[in-house]
Amino acid sequence: MALRQCAIYGKGGIGKSTTTQNLVAAIAEQGKKVMIVGCDPKADSTRLILHSKAQTTIMSLAAEAGSVEDLELEDVLKAGYGDVKCVESGGPEPGVGCAGRGVITAINFLEEEGAYDEELDFVFYDVLGDVVCGGFAMPIRENKAQEIYIVCSGEMMAMYAANNIAKGIVKYATSGSVRLAGLICNSRNTAREDELIMQLAEKMNTTMIHFVPRDNIVQRAEIRRMTVIEYDGTAKQANEYRALATKIINNTDLRIPTPITMDELEDLLMEFGLMDEEDESIVGKTAAAE
Amino acid sequence: MSALTKEETEALIQEVLEVYPEKAKKDRAKHLAVNDQSLEKSNKCITSNRKSLPGVMTIRGCAYAGSKGVVWGPIKDMIHISHGPVGCGQYSRAGRRNYYVGTTGINTFGTMNFTSDFQEKDIVFGGDKKLAKLIDEIEVLFPLNKGISIQSECPIGLIGDDIEAVAKQKKKEHGKTVVPVRCEGFRGVSQSLGHHIANDAVRDWVLDPAAEKETAYEASPYDVAVIGDYNIGGDAWASRTLLEDMGLNVVAQWSGDGTIAEIENTSKVKLNLIHCYRSMNYISRHMEEKYGIPWIEYNFFGPTKIAESLRAIAAHFDDKIKEGAERVIEKYKAEYDEVIAKYKPRLQGKRVMLYVGGLRPRHVIGAYEDLGMEVVGTGYEFGHNDDYDRTIKEMGNATLLYDDVTGYEFEEFVKKVQPDLIGSGIKEKYIFQKMGVPFRQMHSWDYSGLYHGYDGFAIFARDMDMTINNPCWKSIKAPWKQEVANDVAVAASA
Repeated sequence: MALRQCAIYGKGGIGKSTTTQNLVAAIAEQGKKVMIVGCDPKADSTRLILHSKAQTTIMSLAAEAGSVEDLELEDVLKAGYGDVKCVESGGPEPGVGCAGRGVITAINFLEEEGAYDEELDFVFYDVLGDVVCGGFAMPIRENKAQEIYIVCSGEMMAMYAANNIAKGIVKYATSGSVRLAGLICNSRNTAREDELIMQLAEKMNTTMIHFVPRDNIVQRAEIRRMTVIEYDGTAKQANEYRALATKIINNTDLRIPTPITMDELEDLLMEFGLMDEEDESIVGKTAAAE
Repeated sequence: MSALTKEETEALIQEVLEVYPEKAKKDRAKHLAVNDQSLEKSNKCITSNRKSLPGVMTIRGCAYAGSKGVVWGPIKDMIHISHGPVGCGQYSRAGRRNYYVGTTGINTFGTMNFTSDFQEKDIVFGGDKKLAKLIDEIEVLFPLNKGISIQSECPIGLIGDDIEAVAKQKKKEHGKTVVPVRCEGFRGVSQSLGHHIANDAVRDWVLDPAAEKETAYEASPYDVAVIGDYNIGGDAWASRTLLEDMGLNVVAQWSGDGTIAEIENTSKVKLNLIHCYRSMNYISRHMEEKYGIPWIEYNFFGPTKIAESLRAIAAHFDDKIKEGAERVIEKYKAEYDEVIAKYKPRLQGKRVMLYVGGLRPRHVIGAYEDLGMEVVGTGYEFGHNDDYDRTIKEMGNATLLYDDVTGYEFEEFVKKVQPDLIGSGIKEKYIFQKMGVPFRQMHSWDYSGLYHGYDGFAIFARDMDMTINNPCWKSIKAPWKQEVANDVAVAASA
């Protein structure tokens, strides 16, 4: 089986890292060889697999050693649950330096050092919430991830973000082979959430690949720095992640997305009662003027 | 070849524009003009200070070059840090021949390169800690420095390094002036914005703070500052001599062979004398506004302009200085008359095309005219329209004006106009020499100079003569390509 590279995007705080690690654990459970590349200065993309607080990152090791050229692959690559290989790009504290450049440097290092060996079946990139600059688009450039999954929920801002990410994908889809592979709905228990995301997916020319229900066991596992798969493989939620894993393993439905306009998105939100009809007459009026 | 008429020059511009695609043609047409002395404002005929077209050869520099290379770099007792990767500082190191007096590495630092030498990790994690360490090391290794400026290279603006915070912190710790300059190379269309940014940094971090402090300063009614002379090959020294000879007290040189202490004292002078208007008009206007110091532009190229300028400067002072000006002009008369008597017959009628930087495209015209030569085309790399306003009257009618000229345009103009001399920069030099046209570098004085003042005029005249009348130009054509008439003459004499 040829190596498949997938990137997970989505609004900040939506549960990308948790979903990714549970998903990866379920894929590994099926005997696949998987690597996670954390692309976020927070470096929290591998903690549930490694049972660690935060993995030592490529960039912090490079800063210590002098430069990335001074590093060896085994310094940065750690194996965790299910023999999942874990690596974190790392980056600066908020407010200084250039986190985007950190992602670029780290991924170049992994490539040059041969981290993408032939044994691997999957690489998952877990990317910082907002694609704020070119560095965070690095995982979807030529010869990197070709499948993008967007984690979202039925909340308005999560859907805005999903649509914006789709716009970014279009740019790279037209110049390369990157495709949108589906929306993963990480439920927030809003009304008719599954229907809403399915409709959004359809408008964006993709599908909702799986609806992951909300379950407190995810948090209970997380306190133990574990995935649900590992913490309690018999749990109902573990089967949800297994279902998602199977769907992704078998997914061949890769498409160029058609992001929708702001108006279309607002219409959809209004249809589902998440937004009220705008009253143009009150725009810009102070309380006193009304 | 005789001078072109207005119609011929217009036709030449049209012909040169012909090869461009429609959009480029439209854009470049605005930057090329036929001079018309009757115009009051240059914006009637020429556009300037616009972004260069991608795909053409332009010789402009960047904002960092304008700040570090031009304005700050020559302040000799400060250390100027090129903050960012090593190349910007190292490839421009000591390139501008700003002469200075002092012991390099001890109390002056002009020809040295100080850089934070950014690596990948500095980009990712920020370079402020490294910068702070670098400043501490400078204090240990070069304790006689009088201050530090931080010259930002491109990445600093991209990653948002907080150089202001480092500057304030280190100023407090070391008790010396530390100036952050936001002159990232990608800002603006040329080095011109770098001059402006550098001027603003001088104002905010040196001049104004110093003006608020009580300092020992013995004022005289004759205090002046020389602004915008970078002492290329010693220019400022020859200028200073004349000013002192006429009785003025030169308090500061901005910034060739200048010190931070001189700059700090400038808010107390009576008159600012501006040579390079383009790079330092900003600070002069500020001093006029805030401290009420008037300023005048002067020109110390060639005896005619020198005399004019000395008298104009003297007009701001009492009779003692006015007499001083006449005395200076008289004192050097025999000397410059001799220079003219020697070189004018050899250079009379020779035609020159110029393409240079800040002030020279107009300022050197008078010096050529003193030698009987004529400037038939001129242009600025990074001038603004106030530069062209000042140029129109200096140039003859129907001569060529070209702004941010492209490599192609310049070559074509030269082929058609066939000047006897071109004055431009290193990037043009070898192209035109290979075309067989005598050439002088007018940025660096071709490693000669000085050219300012009466002393400089003698060197200027000699240099132009030895370039134009160099026997090598007679050997440009291969012997077998010489004209038949020559062969016949040779045969007849044999």
